Amino acid sequence: MEWLNAIVQGTLLGGLYALFAAGLSLIFGVMRLVNIAHGDLIVLAAYLGLTVTTATGMHPMAALVIVVPAMALIGYALQRGLLNQTLGDDILPPLLVTFGLSVIIQNGLLEVYTADPQTLNAGALETASVAIGGATLGKLPLLTFGIAIAVIWGLQWTFYHTALGRAFRAVSDNQDIAQLMGLNRRHIFGLAMALALGVTAIAGILLGIRTSFDPSIGGGRLIFGFEAVIIGGLGNLWGTLIGGVILGVAQTIGAKIDPGWQVLAGHIAFLVILAVRPNGLFPRVSG
Amino acid sequence: MPDPILQTRGLNAHYGDFQALYDVELDVGEGEVLAIIGANGAGKTTLMRSITGLLTNGPDQIHYRGQEISRLRADEVAELGLAMVPEGRQLFPSLSVKENLMIGAQVGRSGPWDLKAVYDLFPILEERKDQASTSLSGGQQQMVAIGRALMANPDLILFDEISLGLAPIIIKDIYEALPGIIGKGMSAIIVEQDITKALSVSSRVYCLQEGRVSLESASDTVSREDISRAYFGIE
Ligand SMILES: Nc1ncnc2c1ncn2[C@@H]1O[C@H](COP(=O)(O)OP(=O)(O)OP(=O)(O)O)[C@@H](O)[C@H]1O
Ligand SMILES: [Mg+2]
Repeated sequence: MEWLNAIVQGTLLGGLYALFAAGLSLIFGVMRLVNIAHGDLIVLAAYLGLTVTTATGMHPMAALVIVVPAMALIGYALQRGLLNQTLGDDILPPLLVTFGLSVIIQNGLLEVYTADPQTLNAGALETASVAIGGATLGKLPLLTFGIAIAVIWGLQWTFYHTALGRAFRAVSDNQDIAQLMGLNRRHIFGLAMALALGVTAIAGILLGIRTSFDPSIGGGRLIFGFEAVIIGGLGNLWGTLIGGVILGVAQTIGAKIDPGWQVLAGHIAFLVILAVRPNGLFPRVSG
Repeated sequence: MPDPILQTRGLNAHYGDFQALYDVELDVGEGEVLAIIGANGAGKTTLMRSITGLLTNGPDQIHYRGQEISRLRADEVAELGLAMVPEGRQLFPSLSVKENLMIGAQVGRSGPWDLKAVYDLFPILEERKDQASTSLSGGQQQMVAIGRALMANPDLILFDEISLGLAPIIIKDIYEALPGIIGKGMSAIIVEQDITKALSVSSRVYCLQEGRVSLESASDTVSREDISRAYFGIE
């Protein structure tokens, strides 16, 4: 029963990892950009949430209505002002620039918010739980998992059933020909980054409610997100959710054996899967 | 010749240090069908890419309806009513047949061409509309590429080697459909290796040779000797 409980908790934790990963996956899928600053952007969103909740007294979940559009705007501006200039045949410039961005965000957060750990106060939501078939599940992890499913379903729907998604796929397939069709790739990339950072905002707020955060934790979130994407298979959003779940379960089982093993167990699961299936569990069949 | 819809003046194009076009001077009249012929590597595709804005041009080299378009991005050129059926079709593999067509309408120009009109022209595409574009035969893919360009309701449409790699019977079908396409007041540039086909559908013909215009003539009066000379550069 204890083990089952660990698996269930790990599954729910996987929802949070999937939210870390979804933005990474989207950006890589549309513009082949590996965003090293992704984890720091998640932390930035948590701090924006902190500022909004302390300034207005809003509940952190309600603060999403401000933080999501704010992060989306930042994403669009970042893409058009900086990242578009780094995209080309060479994959090194975007890596270097987003690495630099990661350092800048961390230092900026240190300046503004100091290194003190912070949390978002979500009141009763943090401790509330429901009993389901003998297991006691926290409402927050359940809510997080539900949001992860909703977000991934929403992204999937956007990709395959809207004009914007069609534009994303077309630009991803062939930038020149997409441009001939009247799609300005710089604008489309801006919209993709806006969408990705909108999702990142949700991930950041949920992270901030769940655990304490400080400016240095972005790198770890990047790794978890990255591992979830690779386990699931690049370019497959539902695979990313499953990747997050596998990572979460491996971590909680590891922690059960020895609390110090939590993160290590996740990395081991990642490496094993990478060794057995280098393209992840559910790679997108390329057309 | 009627008023030009498109003019190039002293058009040069480069790939790095390599110059692919030299001082190309070309006029397309309103409603005219122009053929461009030339050997492999003569610069035909490069000329198409320059006109559509996929290559960056020098200033003042391309005019469309009196407007300077040399420095515009490809999406801006497309909005003005220029569309291209690119060499090798280049459909979007992640998009279904119908989505490939719909993305052609992305420029948002109104006119006679919509999904229904394209399906009327190529009924097989309606049957295949939900399939991946990669699952189609070469000829059907070419129909999608043509339909995709038409969906933009262009005033000037560029065809780059639409018969490339297709069976003769399919080429015949596509060329039979062409007058119905271009007839609706559009102007067209047809790049074609098959000289007989090129001359039969066009009113004037240009030949490119190593990046230069080596011949410009009316299609019905041009002689075979002139063409061989312009094509291969031999006397
Ligand atoms: N991307 C490129 N980089 C460098 N050189 C190029 C590139 N594309 C074309 N070229 C060169 O430019 C010249 C013109 O090529 P282009 O494709 O325009 O010829 P073409 O007339 O369309 O030939 P084909 O009949 O084979 O399609 C050729 O010498 C070709 O090798
Ligand atoms: Mg060519």
